[in-house]
Amino acid sequence: MINFIGEMDHNLRYKIFFIGDSIATIDFGNVIDEEINRRSIALFNYLTQHPVEGMIEAIPAYSSVTIYYDVALLRKKIGQQKKVYEWLQSELQKLMRLDFTNSPFEARLVRIPVCYENEFGIDLQWMAEQKNISQEEIIQIHSSKRYRVYMIGFLPGFAYMGEVDDQIATPRKKQPRPVVPGSVGIAGKQTGVYPLYSPGGWQIIGRTPLKMFDKNKDELCLLRAGDYVEFFAITRDEFENYQGGSI
Amino acid sequence: MWNFLQLHEMSLRIIKAGVFDTVQDLGRFGFQHLGINPGGAMDRFAAQSANMLVGNSIYEPVIELHFPASILLFECETMFALGGADFSATINGDDIPLWQPIVAAKNSILQFQKWKQGARCYLAIREKLNIEKWLHSYSTNVKAGGGGFNGRTLQKDDVIAFTEKHDYKWLLKEEDVRILKWKADILWNITPTDRIAVTPGNEWDWLTDGAKNKFLKEAFVIGSLADRMGYRLQGELMPKQDGELISSVVSFGTIQLLPNGELIILMADHQTAGGYPRIAHVVSAHLPLLAQKQPGDKIYFRLTDQPRAEDLFVQQNQHLLQLQNACKFKLEEFLHEKQKVENFQNK
Repeated sequence: MINFIGEMDHNLRYKIFFIGDSIATIDFGNVIDEEINRRSIALFNYLTQHPVEGMIEAIPAYSSVTIYYDVALLRKKIGQQKKVYEWLQSELQKLMRLDFTNSPFEARLVRIPVCYENEFGIDLQWMAEQKNISQEEIIQIHSSKRYRVYMIGFLPGFAYMGEVDDQIATPRKKQPRPVVPGSVGIAGKQTGVYPLYSPGGWQIIGRTPLKMFDKNKDELCLLRAGDYVEFFAITRDEFENYQGGSI
Repeated sequence: MWNFLQLHEMSLRIIKAGVFDTVQDLGRFGFQHLGINPGGAMDRFAAQSANMLVGNSIYEPVIELHFPASILLFECETMFALGGADFSATINGDDIPLWQPIVAAKNSILQFQKWKQGARCYLAIREKLNIEKWLHSYSTNVKAGGGGFNGRTLQKDDVIAFTEKHDYKWLLKEEDVRILKWKADILWNITPTDRIAVTPGNEWDWLTDGAKNKFLKEAFVIGSLADRMGYRLQGELMPKQDGELISSVVSFGTIQLLPNGELIILMADHQTAGGYPRIAHVVSAHLPLLAQKQPGDKIYFRLTDQPRAEDLFVQQNQHLLQLQNACKFKLEEFLHEKQKVENFQNK
């Protein structure tokens, strides 16, 4: 397996590995950590503004950035004798010596209304029994914290947010079941909102009237990796009459 | 007035819907950071070859057909090519070959009679499908309801307009169909019985030595859950570590180890991120082979390395470029022939 392990400033180590023959990942370790995530998003933003030659796209995750690259095009550039992955690996090493943490990015605070009534929060009652706290406490705890959007993935516009308080952290269901758009869920210490109809295993505690993903808008997704989110409770009536966007 | 009417008939119509037929291209890249997967044709070799055979750019949209496939009506004279799976295609009941350009008369019916081999057949059309791009791609993303024809599978009475019109009367004369003489050479350097080459994934070492051996020696059968999103494999493997993996990027061809020990190969409509160990990745050049497998088919894996996987990719690409050049030349010859016929008629 081809791997490169390097070290950045602040002793942050990274590893380069390949996903098949035309994708490379720069990985900061198998951890959920706000500072490491900030680095990953900064690297992603830097790459979006200054793409490596032959880059097709870059994708940030919790603690990594993945690059799709054009093998045919790069082979032409570097010649038939050399391999593209070796060339790319050395380009990425050069890149990692740069200070990309200052690439402009403005994190936003997005407030998301949630109706936590049992009609929508179909797992609230079960969670309350499991956790031995009241449903009101679960709602109060969930809506009183500011969450970081670590990454977008799984479905269009699905934001992986964290971290929820230990008192309400609950493992996902063993068997996924159908989930409707707007459903707000918890899986372990993560929280998220389903943007579309999908099978899902997260514990569902409420529903937002906001559209997390809109294929017809210029800004396709409500949230971006690096944003912050606060949930606030609304009533069933407010849910029905909800007209506005996020606050 | 007459021209105006003709414009309206430059199209194909779905007479009967297939089980899962969509418009696809080579994928939608640049939006995975928003959770929007690349999608695209499952068998990109066949999709590209079909386009090349009719002189199209490889980026033109094609129709990906599964069996039982749609029944289609060409509402004008049309040049098309089929590549990939063999579903016993016919024009007005007469057999037509795969991997060859075909000209059909106005009001011809393209129908697929019987499954013979493979899983996906591609239809490319020289007249070109009038499909709008969504996020830089023609591919249908059924989940997001975007791209392709109204973001969904093709249904009865859907009409897809063409953007070009060509005259083939000189060729067809009174016939329904003409099979043109150039062909794509499908056997570039893999055969359906070959082992599928994989490179090790970042979590390859989560397998025990015994499990690694088993993975590379034994046959895996594609289970009944096999579609554009992924293929579940029958067979069992146990991970070495009991570790938890945080979500990170997966791709077309990533082989994941599920918690119950099953394997799944992610295909074109894969999720953009996943949290299961990525034990291996199918090399790009062998994805077309895999895309033509279906439930019940047996597959074997063999391990390769980064340089070889890259060489395979480049070889396949060069083969496709040669095909493209050859087809362009043949089409020019064909058009020259048209000129000769017309000149003769004018004398």
